[in-house]
Amino acid sequence: MTAEEWTAVRLSLLVAVTAMAASLPPGIAIAWLLARGRFWGKSLVDTIVHLPLIMPPVVTGYLLLILFGKRGPIGEFLAQFGIVFAFRWTGAALACAVMGFPLMVRAIRLSIEAVDTRLESAAGTLGANPLWVFATITLPLCLPGVIAGAILSFAKSMGEFGATITFVSNIPGETQTLPSAIYTFTQVPGGDAGALRLTLVSVAISMLALLGSELLARRIGARRVAT
Amino acid sequence: MSLEVDVEHTRGTFHLAARFTAQPGVTALFGRSGAGKSSLVDIVAGLVRPQRGRIVIDGQTLLDTERRLFVPRHRRRVGYVFQDSRLFPHLSVRQNLVYGRWFSRGAGGVAGDFGSIVELLGIGALIERRPDSLSGGEKQRVAIGRALLAHPKMLLMDEPLASLDEQRRAEILPYIERLRDIGVPILYVSHSVAEVARLATTVVILNAGTVTAVGPVLDILPLADANDGGSVLDAVVAGHDETFQLTRLTSPAGELQVPRLNAAAGSTVRAYIRSRDVMLSLQRPQEISALNVLSGKVAQISETGAQADVRLDCNGATLVARLTTKSVQRLALAPGRPVFAVIKSVSFERS
Repeated sequence: MTAEEWTAVRLSLLVAVTAMAASLPPGIAIAWLLARGRFWGKSLVDTIVHLPLIMPPVVTGYLLLILFGKRGPIGEFLAQFGIVFAFRWTGAALACAVMGFPLMVRAIRLSIEAVDTRLESAAGTLGANPLWVFATITLPLCLPGVIAGAILSFAKSMGEFGATITFVSNIPGETQTLPSAIYTFTQVPGGDAGALRLTLVSVAISMLALLGSELLARRIGARRVAT
Repeated sequence: MSLEVDVEHTRGTFHLAARFTAQPGVTALFGRSGAGKSSLVDIVAGLVRPQRGRIVIDGQTLLDTERRLFVPRHRRRVGYVFQDSRLFPHLSVRQNLVYGRWFSRGAGGVAGDFGSIVELLGIGALIERRPDSLSGGEKQRVAIGRALLAHPKMLLMDEPLASLDEQRRAEILPYIERLRDIGVPILYVSHSVAEVARLATTVVILNAGTVTAVGPVLDILPLADANDGGSVLDAVVAGHDETFQLTRLTSPAGELQVPRLNAAAGSTVRAYIRSRDVMLSLQRPQEISALNVLSGKVAQISETGAQADVRLDCNGATLVARLTTKSVQRLALAPGRPVFAVIKSVSFERS
């Protein structure tokens, strides 16, 4: 593989891991709110979270460009603190995080809903405040769902193309992730070999991620039924 | 310890309006399923917020809707033992036991260190196991230990034996008795007359959401349930008859012989006698298989349809016999009439 191809692979991994890690805390919080919360406007929050799943990726990317671009209201505000998304790898991570968010929230929400609320109230009567109940009962019991959600977000990030290319373009070494690099190869004569190599790398990473999550889930499961 | 409860709560078509004061010891909340017992305990624990009411434990107000006071569940310091033990499946028995202790450091309440409570409940051998490998009885004992180790001011027990078979019940009841005897205040929910008779100091009878009677167990229990009425006799173990495997008891009403009890001579036990297991005779019966015959006077007769509950005064103790109204007429029973009560010897609640 050429140095340029390696750069694309490294960048893709960096973007995917960053997107996954950054969306995990808000993902768990939103999933908990949707699973356990009772508040006005819950279905509105639910809809907004699911929007990136329903809208064309290009539309999501364009909305991000309008909001987080150099002239966008949020982008302009954040630029004052030195946080810039437009045409940076951080922007690619933001696009991937937004695209993967509904998948992550959905997986975590379902696993939180499966946690027996009677265990949570038992913990409450033993003196644990709601935050401790969440940390010591709810979170450990829904961990398989959290892992599944994280892996889905990672996988989505590895494959994200439309929103990323619309928001932060296709700059080698900065925003050119695996899918963008493969796309670029297919657009130039004689790029087939490079496209194939990157495709194989992409397949390998996806399978490794799936295998890893499978092992992790099995270890948690084994710990739970161990006598 | 004292507990004052005065709450009103409506959920759907069910209306709960309960008011009672509990004395130290075991207070039994007694009633049929659906009478509102569990809702009431959930309200005391803070799991349910009633529309109106006041709850005071030992001078500390936990709930007062008029003053908009609601102490959240994690600050109430009541140990709740649920019907379905609710052990945390991802933690070991040891971690389950110490879970609440963590949050109650430095707080008062029921004393007891880890070792002595583990010993009291006989769960030392289970410590490193996982909850799903325990039997129902073991789970309940761990759940009781977990509640106790959170240093609660009182224990709430919501039918802790309901999901267990007879053998497991017999296994756990002595542990609850020991808790009572070391002075742990307990609010105990049950629909079993036998359990209440054995454990309770005070009985609160709940019927369709309202308290219909409150008082000492000896006075209240005979009124408890029309279908399964009975009477309670406090007795002292006088000795054992090893040849026939019997235990002799002395009670105010007279001497009784029951199947051998596992209790030392001189200890007090509580015998529960179901009304339908008591027959009446005008003369002292001779040559009869039943071992226990007590003499007394008819105190009161209450007839419902073809059945009559005859309340006897046996030397100060109360005994109730369920007869047909035909028998009442045939024997010409009336208050003041001396009679002999024949009790089938198997009908004692073992203690």
